[in-house]
Amino acid sequence: MSESLAHAHHAPEGFIRKWVFSLDHKVIGIQYYFLALFSVLIGMSLSVLMRFHMVHPDAKVSLFATLWPTAAQGGIMTPELYLSLMTMHGTIMVFFVLTTAPQGGFGNYFLPIQIGAEDMAFPVLNMLSFWTTLVALVVMVSAFFVQGGAPLSGWTGYPPLSGIGALAGPGEGLGQTLWIVSIAIFCGASLMGAINFIATLIDLRCQGMSLMRLPLTCWTWFVTAILGLLGFAVLLAAGVLLILDRSAGTSFFIPGGLLVSDQILSHKGGSPLLWQHLFWFFGHPEVYIAILPGMGVTSQILATFARKAVFGYRAMVYAILSIGFLGFLVWGHHMFMSGMSPYSAMAFSVLTMAIGVPSAIKTFNWIGTLWGGKIHYTTAMMFALGFVSLFITGGLSGIFLGQPALDLYFHDTYFVVGHFHMIMGVAAIFGMFAGTFYWFPKMFGRMMNETLGKIHFYITFVGVYAIFTPMHYLGIAGNPRRYSDFTNFDFLGKLLPVHNFMTQAAYGTAAIQILFFINLFWSMKYGKKAPMNPWNATTLEWTIPSPPPFDNFAGHHPVVNHGPYEYSVPGAPRDFIMQTDPVEVHADS
Amino acid sequence: MLLAPIIWVLTAVIMYCFAAKIWWFPPPINQHGLAYDEQFMRTLVITGIIFFFAQYALGWVIFRYRDDGRRASSSHGSNKWETIWTTATAILFVGLVLTGTKIWVAVHLAEPDPNAVPIELMAKQFAFSFRYPGPDGKFGATDLAQVNDAAGNPFGLVDSDPAGKDDVVSASLKVPVGKPIKLIMHSRDVIHNFFVRELRLKQDIVPGMEIPLYFQADTPGTYEIPCSELCGLGHFQMRSTMEVMAEADFEKWKQDQAANK
Repeated sequence: MSESLAHAHHAPEGFIRKWVFSLDHKVIGIQYYFLALFSVLIGMSLSVLMRFHMVHPDAKVSLFATLWPTAAQGGIMTPELYLSLMTMHGTIMVFFVLTTAPQGGFGNYFLPIQIGAEDMAFPVLNMLSFWTTLVALVVMVSAFFVQGGAPLSGWTGYPPLSGIGALAGPGEGLGQTLWIVSIAIFCGASLMGAINFIATLIDLRCQGMSLMRLPLTCWTWFVTAILGLLGFAVLLAAGVLLILDRSAGTSFFIPGGLLVSDQILSHKGGSPLLWQHLFWFFGHPEVYIAILPGMGVTSQILATFARKAVFGYRAMVYAILSIGFLGFLVWGHHMFMSGMSPYSAMAFSVLTMAIGVPSAIKTFNWIGTLWGGKIHYTTAMMFALGFVSLFITGGLSGIFLGQPALDLYFHDTYFVVGHFHMIMGVAAIFGMFAGTFYWFPKMFGRMMNETLGKIHFYITFVGVYAIFTPMHYLGIAGNPRRYSDFTNFDFLGKLLPVHNFMTQAAYGTAAIQILFFINLFWSMKYGKKAPMNPWNATTLEWTIPSPPPFDNFAGHHPVVNHGPYEYSVPGAPRDFIMQTDPVEVHADS
Repeated sequence: MLLAPIIWVLTAVIMYCFAAKIWWFPPPINQHGLAYDEQFMRTLVITGIIFFFAQYALGWVIFRYRDDGRRASSSHGSNKWETIWTTATAILFVGLVLTGTKIWVAVHLAEPDPNAVPIELMAKQFAFSFRYPGPDGKFGATDLAQVNDAAGNPFGLVDSDPAGKDDVVSASLKVPVGKPIKLIMHSRDVIHNFFVRELRLKQDIVPGMEIPLYFQADTPGTYEIPCSELCGLGHFQMRSTMEVMAEADFEKWKQDQAANK
């Protein structure tokens, strides 16, 4: 013991080293978390503005004129401003919220602890990846403040719209360039993070932590990191090519024979579909980057509060791995209507249905985990249960969209918007809420308020169903997405009451999030002191103080003797066996 | 605990809104549309059943297995159940996509009708234009440099080509009822999309590519065409219509247009 104590690292002195340019994975995790929290506030505010504009396209709001003197002159939001808000909403949410909080935030904080390591494999790289992400965010948000404003080509940035400069519309000048630069910087940050996660999980597991004893959260962070490594590398390359098309006169994505705003362009020989292939080769795995950690957290929390082992642990691991693998073979289902070969559409659709199978396995296993359990309804558990419900709903609409035949109608309608918001938007966010309520005591040493938490949960749960379910009906009625108003078509006018309802639901759901922020910040300062293991959970983070010391295990090297989810084992003295408990506890089971 | 009835009520409301068809497809206007709706209903029924049972089961375990002082069971899983539900979902999902394949094949891979009426579509920010060959059956040559929207020449028809003299250009799509149509689609700036809800058809219009779309419309009427691929600030108002008319009316319309040139 004295030998291992000699390895104990001392916390750095001074505010800057401790809280700003910190090498501690826990501080970096919290930095990522707050970066995502800041981003989600922007992203959510943009969505409320969009919902407002869709039902009141001609409303005069003096605040708009203050915020956007050109794009909302006189307080009336222009269609191009709407598209800018939409582009930035999607981009900020996907990259700076869904990608950063579950992986950079929780993963950074808890992966090393859950595998019994004292930090990530490369602490300096870890610090760099956070600060690079912050630079990317600053560049992204700055697009709002430049000539022409933020880009209007959507988070998918399809060329030629995104590739030919300001001719294509306001925001397509400097705004679009900043957008691509930001994405490229973000790719760099994600690559650094991905390498670090992979190396950490492979090399730094403590004694006894075999792969099949890893908590499912670690499995999901690991596979997410692999997806990030392969996906962001391709997006980075695509982004560089797009910048070259815009600024160096190359034609990777821009074909010849274009006439834009009465000007004949000199581009020749590029392919708009090439961008779509590269983008979605990243873009589809990105969906799993967003949702896999949520699946891991959900499995962890369901087991903890049902006091039961995860049903089919091995099946869950294989499902995570198959989702990771198949995730790279289905990108073409975003392109059924793109003009790509109809034969490849058929191949992509079969592979897409195949990826539904491991997703279904996970759902069955979650219900199997709850079956026969002894469920404690904490707020963390409520959000995990909400995740399962939303995942079922969002997953099933994918069965429609995965069929090219049905996509002949649904492509680019609100059915798609409803589908991906359900599954990669709010389901993933429910995973983050669940993780927040579950791990907050460990991160900040205090408990969150359960009453506020439950009120927030119930209203949010009903609220997101009220916002996103009607989108499916709109899709069936043929409502195209990315329309800034619905007054130009006879059939869209009839759907306005539905849009109105969704807008009201969005106001309410957005407003109630204030309760979460109050709970979070209030509990940080005034919450009840958290014990070491408030949930009687089994994994390693619950064997150390709340909050953990600088090097996690205070110089000790934990030894793991048990699987991650040994709950309610017959003959055991308590209804849970911690991973580090001595072997004998398990003797008569 | 309250969560269980909330999940059940949400499930019931969602299913009711689908079953009541409050917001729904317009009626189809061809055979493809009928086949499409059949495949949609098949998918809806299967996913509806899964949706009901999965959400109901989730609510049920939330309600049934609340902490009431029992000890939780110690099951770690069951390979038998894993095998059953893996096999069942695999067969169901892949089977479902295969049943829809013939619809896709009919739209995109079937032998095209050589006598289909050719119509050319040119999309630009933010308008559709359509071109019909005159009595000679030939489209005249075009040149980007000749494009002049204000002068009614969105295709850039070249004066020197006699084949183009009788071409008819229109801002809306007119098609003869019950005839196979070949719509040859071009874009001259960014990606647009051709979508007619009643046809149950959608196709991106990609600059640099010539994409043909074959269809037939069997019910006369006028149908809206909303651009369905983000094309810039005017995307939401990029609109045209498709008028399905008797063949004689269609021919007469073409002649009138040619005469008025």
